Amino acid sequence: MEDVLGDWVPKVRDMVVALAAFGLVIALLLLFVERGPKSVREKVQVAIFAGPALFLLAIGLVYPAVRTTFRSLFGQENNFIGVENYQWIFEDPVARRSVINTILWVVLTPLVATAIGLAYAIIIDRTKFESLAKSLVFMPMAISFVGAGIIWRFVYAFRGQRGSEQIGLANQFLVWFGQEPRRFLNEAPWNTLFLIIVMVWIQTGFATVVLSASIKNIPAEITEAATLDGATRWQLFRNVTVPGIRPALVVVLTTISIGVLKVFDIVRTMTGGQTDSSVVALEMYNQSFRYGEQGRGAAMAVLIFLLVVPLVVYNIRQMARNREIR
Amino acid sequence: MTTADTGAGAIATTSTPPAVATTPIQGRVKQRMTSRTASAVAVIIAILWTLPTFGMVLSSFRPENEIKTTGWWTFFTNPNLTLQNYDEVLFSSGTSGRLAAFFLNSLIIVIPATIIPIALCALAAYAFTAMNWRGRDWVFIGVFALQIVPLQMALIPLLRLFTMGFNLGFMQVKLPISGTFWAVWIAHTIFALPLGIFLLHNFMGEVPKTLLEAAAIDGAGHARIFRSIVLPLLLPALAAYGIFQFLWVWNDLLVGLTFASPESQPLTVRLGELAGSRGSEWQRLTAGAFVSIVVPLGVFFSLQRYFVRGLLAGSVKG
Repeated sequence: MEDVLGDWVPKVRDMVVALAAFGLVIALLLLFVERGPKSVREKVQVAIFAGPALFLLAIGLVYPAVRTTFRSLFGQENNFIGVENYQWIFEDPVARRSVINTILWVVLTPLVATAIGLAYAIIIDRTKFESLAKSLVFMPMAISFVGAGIIWRFVYAFRGQRGSEQIGLANQFLVWFGQEPRRFLNEAPWNTLFLIIVMVWIQTGFATVVLSASIKNIPAEITEAATLDGATRWQLFRNVTVPGIRPALVVVLTTISIGVLKVFDIVRTMTGGQTDSSVVALEMYNQSFRYGEQGRGAAMAVLIFLLVVPLVVYNIRQMARNREIR
Repeated sequence: MTTADTGAGAIATTSTPPAVATTPIQGRVKQRMTSRTASAVAVIIAILWTLPTFGMVLSSFRPENEIKTTGWWTFFTNPNLTLQNYDEVLFSSGTSGRLAAFFLNSLIIVIPATIIPIALCALAAYAFTAMNWRGRDWVFIGVFALQIVPLQMALIPLLRLFTMGFNLGFMQVKLPISGTFWAVWIAHTIFALPLGIFLLHNFMGEVPKTLLEAAAIDGAGHARIFRSIVLPLLLPALAAYGIFQFLWVWNDLLVGLTFASPESQPLTVRLGELAGSRGSEWQRLTAGAFVSIVVPLGVFFSLQRYFVRGLLAGSVKG
């Protein structure tokens, strides 16, 4: 057991000590709030409740974001070079390719995942198997991107030698339909599409669950009235369901887009960004940590930020409006 | 907010019967046809969404030479199972295995990285909901807006802070946490705060103000109110957020990759390495992948209700 788990005793001890220390500090602070001298109370209390979180946010998010933004304007030797790092993103073939791929990801993933999720949610709505059906499609949400990457690499697995059986499901399907097996993950530009399928697989469950809850919020009287007036299924969908769940649709689309912009685990696990399949978040990691090009990495991080901002702003406004309606 | 599967049965009883009665026969036949294709579509989607995982799990129990030469669907004509892959990948020393040690690392990372953010978020959310102080609303908007900052922007400066320490002007203060679990815990905690505070603030807003006022009139201080009124009422919300955070940390790759050392790396990092260096060793990859997804799947299936509630409460993770 010893050599298999490594030095597990100090690790577990560290964790227990950390948790105990944290619990003790919180308990002491709360005790101080309760028993402390009355005169200092009000401000100190606020500081004790909100202080730790605000302090961590300041050193861990605010300061780093500002620093990264500045860093993106400096070169390898910390010399000021203005927007050169940003120009590089659009001139370097690999970086430019990653931007184009990211755009493909952001456009396709939310649309396809939401479309499938919506269709599925409507079909299974109020059926006997609804909760089982939902669990099956929702399950990939619980799996890590790394795990999902391995699962799908196995689906796409390719064996090239003549006469050898395929071990990947996708290629076996091609064989069953009389096609030649192919290297799904090596052929640009199609490999990006095959990677996007993985993200669609993960996000469809999210779309299904949120949209399904929203569909149930449409008052039954409206649906009934429409069917009584002889509305077809399609008319019902177009004129009752979609307008009724519009806010939820927007939230699902934007939330998936935001997640997609930051995805790098899938690409890293499945292709390593080879054969023109890289995305901005992966290039950002590679530039910063593998090639030591901190300025370029910072510029790519800022680019992700700039792409996320409009989506988050739109998402927040939509959520606020949803709340007003309710 | 309704959870996903409540109310479905109640509404189902009042749904279609009157419509069917007034539809002409032709329409009824057509409707049955479309509903049949619709069911077929649903079944196909459900199968497509389950099959990849199923194939991977089944493969992980097949002998090495069979995984590498035949598809997992041939199992049904030639059933042959083994635990050899798991033995190798979990316990064998050397570069291919020792996943057990990384599994332990993942556990050691995820427990504090779930508990600490919950506590800090609950405290902060209380300060933003139940305490009155100048600038409160502006600070809250600021915290909320931090959800926009992507992880990628914070990585390197925070890493520098952990490795180099900070400058006080007259001296450099070093922090002894670089590469340790502390670095990973703190990083995860920081990245969890904006969403966590926002979510718990929303939930706390639903606690009736009069309840808190009555307690204050009875002479209870903030610590007392927080402990004995707000926390118990908030328990389901804390569970929902806790599951979210747990899955997020367990499945994270980027934070582990950046802040952990080889001694403290989580399972995902190790698995990513295996996928890179031993890309065709399917017996190891499938078994390893299953080891990494078994915990989140267990959490997911046993606590799905809470998970869905957290999801529906609005979820944008920075």
